[in-house]
Amino acid sequence: MAGKTINIKLKIWRQAGENKPGKFESYEVNDVSVDMSFLEMLDVLNENELKKGNDPIHFDHDCREGICGMCSLYINGKPHGPKHGITTCQLHMRTFNDGETIVVEPWRASAFPVLKDLVVDRTSFDRIMQAGGYVTVSTGGVPDANEIAIPKTVADEAMDAAQCIGCGACVAACKNASAMLFTSAKVSQLALLPQGGAERKRRALAMVEQHDAEGFGACTNTGACEAVCPKEISITHIARLNREFTRASFSGNETDYQN
Amino acid sequence: MSLESKIPAGPLAEKWEKHKFNVKLVNPANKRKFNIIVVGTGLAGASAAATLAELGYNVDAFCFQDSPRRAHSIAAQGGINAAKNYQNDGDSVFRLFYDTIKGGDYRSREANVHRLAEVSTEIIDQCVAQGVPFARDYGGLLDNRSFGGAQVSRTFYARGQTGQQLLLGAYSALTKMVNTGKVKMHTRKEMLDVVTIDGAAKGIVTRDLVTGKVESHAGHAVLLCTGGYGNVFFLSTNAMASNGSAAWRAYKKGAKFANPCFTQIHPTCIPVHGDYQSKLTLMSESLRNDGRVWVPKDKKHAKITAAEAVKLPESERDYYLERRYPSFGNLVPRDVASRNAKMVCDEGRGVGVTGLAVFLDFADAIKRDGQKTIEAKYGNLFDMYKQITADNPYEVPMMIYPAVHYTMGGLWVDYNLSTNVPGLYALGEANFSDHGANRLGASALMQGLADGYFVIPYTIGDYIATLPLGQAVDKSNPAFAQAEKEAQARIDKLLNIKGNQTPDDIHKKLGHIMWEYCGMSRNKEGLEKARGMIQELRKEFNKDLKVIGANEELNMTLEKALRLEDFLELGELMVIDAHNRSESCGGHFREESQTEEGEALRQDEEFSYVAAWGYEGEGKDPSLTKEDLVFENVKLTQRSYK
Repeated sequence: MAGKTINIKLKIWRQAGENKPGKFESYEVNDVSVDMSFLEMLDVLNENELKKGNDPIHFDHDCREGICGMCSLYINGKPHGPKHGITTCQLHMRTFNDGETIVVEPWRASAFPVLKDLVVDRTSFDRIMQAGGYVTVSTGGVPDANEIAIPKTVADEAMDAAQCIGCGACVAACKNASAMLFTSAKVSQLALLPQGGAERKRRALAMVEQHDAEGFGACTNTGACEAVCPKEISITHIARLNREFTRASFSGNETDYQN
Repeated sequence: MSLESKIPAGPLAEKWEKHKFNVKLVNPANKRKFNIIVVGTGLAGASAAATLAELGYNVDAFCFQDSPRRAHSIAAQGGINAAKNYQNDGDSVFRLFYDTIKGGDYRSREANVHRLAEVSTEIIDQCVAQGVPFARDYGGLLDNRSFGGAQVSRTFYARGQTGQQLLLGAYSALTKMVNTGKVKMHTRKEMLDVVTIDGAAKGIVTRDLVTGKVESHAGHAVLLCTGGYGNVFFLSTNAMASNGSAAWRAYKKGAKFANPCFTQIHPTCIPVHGDYQSKLTLMSESLRNDGRVWVPKDKKHAKITAAEAVKLPESERDYYLERRYPSFGNLVPRDVASRNAKMVCDEGRGVGVTGLAVFLDFADAIKRDGQKTIEAKYGNLFDMYKQITADNPYEVPMMIYPAVHYTMGGLWVDYNLSTNVPGLYALGEANFSDHGANRLGASALMQGLADGYFVIPYTIGDYIATLPLGQAVDKSNPAFAQAEKEAQARIDKLLNIKGNQTPDDIHKKLGHIMWEYCGMSRNKEGLEKARGMIQELRKEFNKDLKVIGANEELNMTLEKALRLEDFLELGELMVIDAHNRSESCGGHFREESQTEEGEALRQDEEFSYVAAWGYEGEGKDPSLTKEDLVFENVKLTQRSYK
């Protein structure tokens, strides 16, 4: 389909593997349709490289509709690129100008080691979840779904937090590489809902402890995470996490969980 | 060979209750002596792994993504059906059962579908207990929406991200069990083969996607929860790495593959816009609740843009679904909606630059309910559409076209979800069992979770209880070493072809063949031609494939090549099955078998069966085993949504 096209230059981080030296390599891609997504542009570049006998640029991606959280590129100094509220796979080439040079890097944080090129290991996020990001309920024997009424506003706010896709942009944007926005999204969701109430204290303590153990930094409230979050998760959830954590720290006793 | 479906005797509504009592139990203290392998961590896999671990089994769970939370179930938008009848609009277990059987065009098992409808209500309870934030109304109770193929409101949803929220619920249950040590999670590991010993599944071979290490894992049973094979078409709404390899490897180890030609082409996707495209984006079917589908009445207005469409007077528009199906209107099932879109485009009335699109128009809904209401319902979908196309759907109609979305076919399983290979199970989209020839919207999430939370935890006991207690699977059995060797040999073969075509080059060719001859409309001649073309393409693959790099590293080209090799064989089986089934049913439309009005015409006398195909060896035709479908509770009728 004929449409507007542009020519672009790219500087992309190449690294053969974990603990190996990396560096920027330059590439040019011509006749890029502005209707292409950023990742489709990389697909085209990779096909060209492969045909030339070069190893394609490795990057994580899967659903390509902004929900799996797999894609994770740091584009021109911003996680997921210059636009607000989207993932890398939802970024389109119409965002860029003809002749522009685009710099592409992986997430950079010690808790996200680079595996190859632009691919990082985010299993630290899974371990934070394993520490307490759930309601301890087994399959079966639960009450009817409508037994507990939840005010719509509360359910909506829990959903705002629950939308986190675990991509790690918050960590990549943070000068301290803190994962507080990620951690708080789950703590906040389950603290808001009655189903999460029984374990809220234990959960807040355990998840923060694991967060620190993974090597993520402390939160200093600069808000860079919120600015780049593709799901626009608010730092008010970090405030709620702080309240949950403080309350739990002073009174770890779960018998007064409602307070 | 005959296939034993193991459907329990007795009245339909009592079968599952009775069966649960009759299946053998494994003593809670003995469950810990058994290891179960679960491949895939989508809705079916994560829910099964978590629940089996809760019961006491030791579980090894595998996914090829970097985290189990990223399985493609996450992308489901619209909702999940359940027969709660919270809306007091006449829903019931029997109605959900009936709608699903009818929607599947009478090509699924009554007993399985009824069980699905029965457990649907428990799923919603379970998810709420996990903290899944479903949409609620102002009274604080759960809200519902309508979906295609039903005349009641039974779909539960969480904005446009229901799949995400349900998967994160299942993922949370899984992580809870990882934390207790009952589940060992293996990420970035892709299954390359099933290991069988004396005909029973005893393990799998995986490739570590980071290090390339090929290794095997032993278990007393293997559950494949690996999703569908829609990516055989190259372009589909599936995630980029979704593949059919696990099911295909099981087939080559003796498991039957059922109804492979049953593919769902989803009516509401963003149309193709260029050759470089690698993936299609779905717009949730829930949009058809309020959006009206139309094309120009006259060919002279074909290929108009969305901006021009706004100015086209009502009298020049053909709301063809409302015209042809007055009672269901825009909410006809997916196969009917897709076929009609193809028909109007084939007539030369398609819109947009390519002429391969129809309008989905919200102007009337916005006028009726106000933009705010529409925004609350579909805001994120509208944003997504605008992001991709640069058109604003609040101002101009959306353009949509059908795309491959789901595969109803899959590994043949009995009522216990067991394949014909003892110890090998298939759950969720990976099996064939519940959707017949067409799946209704909001039913995939229901089936994945039903299988994982509420079916397999009961039925697996029937097999495990027959195994000798306390005997670990012996990994020194030569079957393991042999399977590893074969997997390694496949990898070496692909790395050493050193040809000129990339995996994507060849995959695109396969996709074109499948879409052209085995897509929305199929005929005998075309299918015969396609079979020859696929065989030729396989030769091309074996001679001219280009893969760079080594096995012992993260090598995404090699990953693609391994998956493609299986798609090239699976595609041929789909064509063989489509050729064999010379009737039309659901999503399988054979041009030779249609009503005077152009609707799918079933041939119940001849084709009321499940076609289960068996692997007979390299270069040999597969064998066909028929499982007759018996209907005792519904009357087979020509589906009508008029």
